Amino acid sequence: MRFLLDTEQRAFANSLDAMLTAADTPSVVREWSRGEHTRGRALWARIAEAGVFALAVPEAYEGLGPRPVELAVAFMELGRHAVPGPLVETVTAAALLGDPGPAKRFLPALASGESMATVAHEGAYALDGDVTAVRLALAVDGLRLAPGHGPVRGFLDPARRLTRLLPGGELLTPDPPVDRALLWARLATAAQALGVGLALLERTVAYVGQRVQFGVPIGSFQAVKHRLADAKIALEFARPLVLGAAVTMAPVDVAAAKVSACEAAYATARTALQLHGAIGYTAEYDLSLWLTKARALRTAWGTPHDCRTEVLRGP
Amino acid sequence: MDLDLTPAEEAFRAEARAWLRAHVPSAPLPSLETEEGFAAHRAWEAELAADRWSVVNWPARYGGRDAGLIRWLVFEEEYYAAGGPGRVGQNGISLLAPTLFDHGTEEQRARVLPSMATGEVVWAQAWSEPEAGSDLASLRSRATRADGGWRLSGQKTWSSRAAFADRAFGLFRSDPDTPRPHQGLTYLMFDLRAPGVTVRPIGRLDGKPAFAELFLDEVFVPDEDVIGEPGQGWRVAMSTAGNERGLTLRSPGRFLAAADRLHRLWRDRGRPAWAQDRVADALAGARAYQLFAYAAASRLLDGESIGPKSSLNKVFWSEYDIALHETALDLLSEEGEAADSAWAEGYVFALAGPVYAGTNEIQRDIVAERLLGLPKGRR
Repeated sequence: MRFLLDTEQRAFANSLDAMLTAADTPSVVREWSRGEHTRGRALWARIAEAGVFALAVPEAYEGLGPRPVELAVAFMELGRHAVPGPLVETVTAAALLGDPGPAKRFLPALASGESMATVAHEGAYALDGDVTAVRLALAVDGLRLAPGHGPVRGFLDPARRLTRLLPGGELLTPDPPVDRALLWARLATAAQALGVGLALLERTVAYVGQRVQFGVPIGSFQAVKHRLADAKIALEFARPLVLGAAVTMAPVDVAAAKVSACEAAYATARTALQLHGAIGYTAEYDLSLWLTKARALRTAWGTPHDCRTEVLRGP
Repeated sequence: MDLDLTPAEEAFRAEARAWLRAHVPSAPLPSLETEEGFAAHRAWEAELAADRWSVVNWPARYGGRDAGLIRWLVFEEEYYAAGGPGRVGQNGISLLAPTLFDHGTEEQRARVLPSMATGEVVWAQAWSEPEAGSDLASLRSRATRADGGWRLSGQKTWSSRAAFADRAFGLFRSDPDTPRPHQGLTYLMFDLRAPGVTVRPIGRLDGKPAFAELFLDEVFVPDEDVIGEPGQGWRVAMSTAGNERGLTLRSPGRFLAAADRLHRLWRDRGRPAWAQDRVADALAGARAYQLFAYAAASRLLDGESIGPKSSLNKVFWSEYDIALHETALDLLSEEGEAADSAWAEGYVFALAGPVYAGTNEIQRDIVAERLLGLPKGRR
């Protein structure tokens, strides 16, 4: 029993953090939100090069995985830096394409970052259908390769660009591992949300330390401190749930991690907005990139209610 | 990163489970906040100690099993899953003992710990005073130099377990002239039946004497009962306070078992939809607390200290405990609030959590200032 990240895992997180900091992700997100994908794709290639998508892909298909703990570590960093794109969906697609035929055909390109994937039920909204080469539709008769997508629809989080998958297309497998894929989707979303919450907390702590009112930094007021302490407590207790879920990959653990991390991140977003005041309520201030994402991730891949229902189902 | 127990740890779990199955009383003991219950719990501590299960993580020479933190966590899971009674020796075991391990002398450890392990001597904590609760630096009770020891005078209050306990430990002002209030304090152990000690039990919300006031009038304490250096009591006490807020006071095993009971209660009551979120959050919260403890234990085994992170723990468990019991009482209605209901007993006990061991307001200040680095300010 050693329930702590090892040196290698921490180094992996640090190197991703350094790379993403240097990449100026806020401006990449803004371009992505406008449908300009060039820099986003370049960033995607570097994330893939760091091995992130390969962690969800078995070694037999040119991946490094499956390694859910490292994947969770990586997705915390992707969330901390508000990286846009179908990150969770690409991981979920990798988990869905388990049969040897489709796996051999699609997984190497997903692992290397050469292609992005999106996944949704047939006819439902899928994230970033316009930039993904692999559009997977969960249809009544199995997993299909969607033949195309409808127009892009804007969203509360401008970085999330939704498109409906067109029906029909090639049947890849009649019996895809949906339950398994949902675990990977929820784990990645939970880790990403935790990262989003950590970023919101970090930025808000910095802000209240320098914003002066009544002659002192507002961070010296107890009412401000206590809201931030509560955010810290919620995030610090969500963290072991996320990592523990990655270790066990048990549905109940993954669901508990998803609901706890997303609720913690969302509560932190509310605190961050309140403590920033009006500046936090503007689109041009970078905080908005994380604020809207915290809201979106809360319902992505399982609402709080869905996840709590899974928790109550037990092991 | 893993959650795997070694074969030896699994064997320890199996041994603990088998022993507990054979020994845990089949009917709950009466509340330990009553004279009858206190005696019954003391007898239970002796039964645990007879087979070396009362303090598994202590060294064997004091009655433990040298089991280490991970096995302690495992034992606590098994203990509460088996329905083991609340521990009347807890104040001594989780507050005084760690202080003795860190700051006591070998003579003190050999003299104090074995009788603590068996429940022969039950310890009460004597921190608070009428004008000093979470602000321990404003303590006024005095320790005055005497031949071969000290004389204690003053008043302590909210002293948990003191109504029926044997001995107590706390901080006393030994040098009233120091410039800073947390200097000049000395950490002492004293006998609750010594001449000059008056114990006045205080009924908590449900009337049970869970704590007491202590009036001390020139109570003699020999030098051998000073822990650490005279005047250094604050530093000595802070290591104890960290324990109180941190891992050992509320073991994850207790909450895992309580969440499991709540889950069963909810199912038995026909799974009412209005309680669904609260029950799910209780289950997730117990798991979060367990995993947080495993991470903390792993860090301790790496040689790190918990430090101000214990304040995260304190706020979490104290509020979690109340939420869990509130949900149970809401599910049970009047039946749950009956005086002999275990949920009512647990609820009243939980209500005090955010107040003692440093109020949650103090803990949030510590989180904000020491973990987040926010500026100090007016409270």
